[in-house]
Amino acid sequence: MSAKILVFIDQFKGAALPAAWEALGAGQMLAGLLGGGEVAALVIGTGAQAVASQAFGYGVESVYYSEDPSLADYRPEPYGALLVKLARELAPQVLLLPTSVRGRELAAQAAIDLETGVLADVTELAVENGKLVATRPVYSGKVLAKTICQATPQVITTRGRAFARPAFDSSRSGAPVSLAAVLEEGQIAARVVGYTQSEGGVSLADAAVIVSGGRGLANNPAAAPGGLDEKQAEIWRAQQGFTLLGELAGVLGGAVGASRAAVDAGYISYDHQVGQTGKLVSPDLYIACGISGAIQHQAGMRSSKVIVAINKDGEAPIFKLARFGVVGDVYAILPALIEAFKQRLGKA
Amino acid sequence: MKIVVAIKQTPDSAAKVVADGGQVAWGDAPLEMNPWDEFAVEAALLQADAQEAEVTAISVGGESAKEALKTALAMGAQQAILISDPALANADSQAIAKVLAAAIRKIGEVDLAFFGRQAIDGDMGVTGAMTARVLGWPMLGLVAAVQALSTDSIRVECSFEEGRQVVDCKLPAVVSVSKDISEPRYPSFMGIRKASRAVIPTWSLGDLGLAAPASVVVWPQVANPPARQVTTEMVSGGTAKEIAENLVDKILAEKVL
Repeated sequence: MSAKILVFIDQFKGAALPAAWEALGAGQMLAGLLGGGEVAALVIGTGAQAVASQAFGYGVESVYYSEDPSLADYRPEPYGALLVKLARELAPQVLLLPTSVRGRELAAQAAIDLETGVLADVTELAVENGKLVATRPVYSGKVLAKTICQATPQVITTRGRAFARPAFDSSRSGAPVSLAAVLEEGQIAARVVGYTQSEGGVSLADAAVIVSGGRGLANNPAAAPGGLDEKQAEIWRAQQGFTLLGELAGVLGGAVGASRAAVDAGYISYDHQVGQTGKLVSPDLYIACGISGAIQHQAGMRSSKVIVAINKDGEAPIFKLARFGVVGDVYAILPALIEAFKQRLGKA
Repeated sequence: MKIVVAIKQTPDSAAKVVADGGQVAWGDAPLEMNPWDEFAVEAALLQADAQEAEVTAISVGGESAKEALKTALAMGAQQAILISDPALANADSQAIAKVLAAAIRKIGEVDLAFFGRQAIDGDMGVTGAMTARVLGWPMLGLVAAVQALSTDSIRVECSFEEGRQVVDCKLPAVVSVSKDISEPRYPSFMGIRKASRAVIPTWSLGDLGLAAPASVVVWPQVANPPARQVTTEMVSGGTAKEIAENLVDKILAEKVL
């Protein structure tokens, strides 16, 4: 048993993360650049078998999976132990994972066990002079570093939306290999006792369209209901704006983002924060509403393909990044924009 | 109970960072505690307050990193230790993890080690989980809340893309925290005075009984990202409706939807 590339397909209850298939695409591309060789995939947890079967459709040659009861919920110890065992058996040159919470944790653990290093959140992969060179945004994307891992396997996590998902062909199929768990329950210190689902919707990391709001959303001409203190009234006004952003995101099939200022002011939860201490995103379309564009925010969204800025302050730095700018009141523009998109996209 | 929090000193998040002559440069921007680590310090102090535990802040870095450690002391940490050794210049994440693990072992009888999500310079986000693995301790990643802590176990909420898992875990453990944990406290006046007088011990690799761990990750080249080639076109109109329709036409013409 051997493989040139091993890809961890991160999944939750039978649905692979989009970034996991993209990591697989990166793996197939790399196998080509490295002169060919087998690409294998590993899927773990509840629903793993379904995802494993899907992996054949994406062109994987060998797929391994485990639905052992001890692996039903994600826990770094038993997941890491299985990943490391398979990596030792297959002795791949490269171990690829998506840059997800689980992907990053498992990459870190596997690197220690396999006596190698990690190149995390990679956006480009190339082979230069026979060496695998990974480009990583560092300093929140203010600088790009070409990095090399000199030990084997080279453990790499790939950033979402940086690599193309492979073509799916339902005529390709195969039988995934079921693996037993490596650790027994008594050897695992952690136990999952509960779960809360987040509000759902499109995740920022995977979103092709992001509609984002900032501090400017508090400039809402609507009167807040009585009985609120000044701060509560400000939050109420801004939240009306985020509701509009949510509506626009819904029309465009996108996600709602926010600046740090908006999160810190309590307008919206931290899950939505885009920027240096939030999420780093690169959607095809980023619509910034009432966001002035602090350098920390720019670091999180500057690689978006098309940026649109709506702000009442024509001097706001965000306009320097924007392909299209509107100087105006977001509360006047947004409802009209939602209506216009609905009309043009046939969703009226 | 003994709690350690590992912090890093990084350029201020507002720094204009550029690649200059093959090096990363940030001009005269100040060096500060990595903003993600402020949340780790806060988490450590919150648990320490509840458990009457002692918090030791540790950092691997040059002499200047003592300033970041002083911030941790000013926030309320009881002790701080700098781990500094010329052999650690250009150390990669796994080498740093081995050094931090050795320091945690030397401190001794540590129950919890807190880490920030990632450092805003290297942006790897793997040091906490690597340190856990070197120590052989369980990893509790991106903890948004600590629900309970006793002398031998902890209950936390770990954040994932899909939601939060509630996890019970035996101690000792490594915990990395998300921004949801709590807003970091400001250093108190008394804290700042205490920190300014503090003598922070420096441990070398020799003090840790450790040979310099070999680094395997190298950065042969740094570059500035390609300049954003953008000509900003301001969109206007007589009414909001007209502006919106003009804007939609232009966005659709970019063919990104």
